[in-house]
Amino acid sequence: MNGAKVELRGLRRNFSGTTALDGLDLTIEPGELIALLGPSGCGKTTALRCVAGFEQPDEGAVLVDGSDITRVPANRRDAGMVFQSYSLFPNLSIRENVAFGLRVRKVAAAKRHARAQELLELIGLPQIGERYPHQLSGGQQQRVALARALALEPRVLLLDEPLSALDAKVRVTLREEIRRLQLSLGITTIFVTHDQEEALSMADRVAVLRAGRLEQVADPATLYDRPATAFVAEFVGTMNRIPGKLSGRTVTVLGQDLPVEGDVPATSDVEVLVRPETVIVTPDPSSEAMILVSSFRGSTSRLRVQLGDLEMLADVPGHDTVRLAPGTRVRVELVERPVLVSASSDVAAAVPVPEHDVV
Amino acid sequence: MTVQSPVHTAPAAAGGGSRPKKSKSWLATVPLLAFVVLVFGVPLVIILGGTFSREGTLSAANVTDSLQGAYLTALLGSVKLSALVAVVGALLGTFLAQAVVTSRFRLLREAVLTASGVLSNFGGIPLAFAWIATLGNSGVVTSALGLDSAGWSLYNFWGLALVYLYFSIPLMVVVVVPALDGLRPQWREAAQNNGANTWQYWRHVGIPVLTPTLLGGVVLLFGGAFAAYATAAAMVGGTVPLVTLQIANALSGNVLIGHENVALALSLDMIVVAGLVMAVYLPLQRRSARWLR
Repeated sequence: MNGAKVELRGLRRNFSGTTALDGLDLTIEPGELIALLGPSGCGKTTALRCVAGFEQPDEGAVLVDGSDITRVPANRRDAGMVFQSYSLFPNLSIRENVAFGLRVRKVAAAKRHARAQELLELIGLPQIGERYPHQLSGGQQQRVALARALALEPRVLLLDEPLSALDAKVRVTLREEIRRLQLSLGITTIFVTHDQEEALSMADRVAVLRAGRLEQVADPATLYDRPATAFVAEFVGTMNRIPGKLSGRTVTVLGQDLPVEGDVPATSDVEVLVRPETVIVTPDPSSEAMILVSSFRGSTSRLRVQLGDLEMLADVPGHDTVRLAPGTRVRVELVERPVLVSASSDVAAAVPVPEHDVV
Repeated sequence: MTVQSPVHTAPAAAGGGSRPKKSKSWLATVPLLAFVVLVFGVPLVIILGGTFSREGTLSAANVTDSLQGAYLTALLGSVKLSALVAVVGALLGTFLAQAVVTSRFRLLREAVLTASGVLSNFGGIPLAFAWIATLGNSGVVTSALGLDSAGWSLYNFWGLALVYLYFSIPLMVVVVVPALDGLRPQWREAAQNNGANTWQYWRHVGIPVLTPTLLGGVVLLFGGAFAAYATAAAMVGGTVPLVTLQIANALSGNVLIGHENVALALSLDMIVVAGLVMAVYLPLQRRSARWLR
């Protein structure tokens, strides 16, 4: 099985006044796993459905290995798809589900059952062929859906939030499984998700979408460390917004002068976008900053630090938790590295949104 | 962190331990059982007693009589009419339901479902009168369109079938709409994604998923038409041979006196026909619904 190159060229799609895709351009290289990441309504699922053939773009084209497939019916496309959930045919056994595409193509029963068994072994469920979908757990059902999507040896695999209906533990296991399979088969894969952790951990590249347009496409490390825009910076990972004074391409923040990366706003009052792991916290009884909350996470601890009206998050090594207990006065500095800035909003926006695990 | 194997198909833990205590929860079924005995058991005993007795002695003569001549014609007429209404009603009802379910107009759906709910319970003499007034020999539509000169008559087998379909089709709509709503769009898309066209989707997925409901609907429609009496009595009297009309005639003594026990034998014949229908339906239903177990 070899992956195909997939190109989305200027895709536009409107749904009765709502713009789902607004000129989306994206190229997915053969054998690559790309994650389409973005908030609800950003157009990621619509883009995927355009590739699958379930949606027709109003404008633009979908190309697979240079061939325009925009108007090719969904049942004649060389793409396997795994849906969010409940997509296995309930009246067919697991074996019949996996072999469905082969049956439609009138492949002999013995041959298609052998192929189905091969795929069930590939997904680690060789002994469930005679069962029916409702007899399987959610994770098993999605594995079978994956096997069914691979049965016709498609050159493109489309995954539409296949893990979102599963519990956290199964999700982690299954995403590793999917990645392992994808790498071993070398199939070009487009993975739609709103879960940034999923996107960053699985994908070769992540495409962040916003309002139907591509905000940034990059490998996970670059996306996290060098977000191209403030939107990406805030959407991917956790970000502090700390007030600063801009002067040319240098910003003064917490008494430090740091170089600015990316776009520079016209105003001098800006907010500096800083990741929690680039905030350095050191005990200092004479400092006015104080730790409000400490949340132990094993290898790291996340601290919520108050500095005047400002609250910020800082990640420190887990073994520092004891000396950085709540109530401890601390000095706050930032790692010397280029930072992103955005036009200043009100003071409330400087407070990061509390995370569910911060207590 | 523990790395897990993808294979998780351990058999369910065997239940062990003490035997469960005898529950008294069956007492809750007593009212239902009493109702069944009263409404089904007692009439059945009366029917059996009457059917197999003639002039005070044990005899199968009533059964023999009920299965020959006009009685047999009536029994077969009822089966024929009910089968026609069941099959045509189920087909048309399913198509109408599918049209409503896939319609973009919410209002149309609500209107059809409400109308179906009402019309499926429309029967008896009011239904017969409505049709007589509309399409009877002197009906409004018959006169307006001059149908009588074209040979139209409501008072025959086909007219009766039409009237029965009038409540059977809505009944099928009411029965099948929830099942059609239960067909997930993802199944159709997954089928397409696997190369299936619309027909292949319906053949391999849509229809098999609907089959238990469709079979149930056919049996329901058959039963409704088979047992109908008042509409037919008001509309066609004795011109269309139906078993329910024959039972009424034999019981009332309108035509022949002393045939009350033949009426009971005809009732027993009806029970046997219903039993035969169930004997065909149940294995089919079980087979079609094996994926639900």
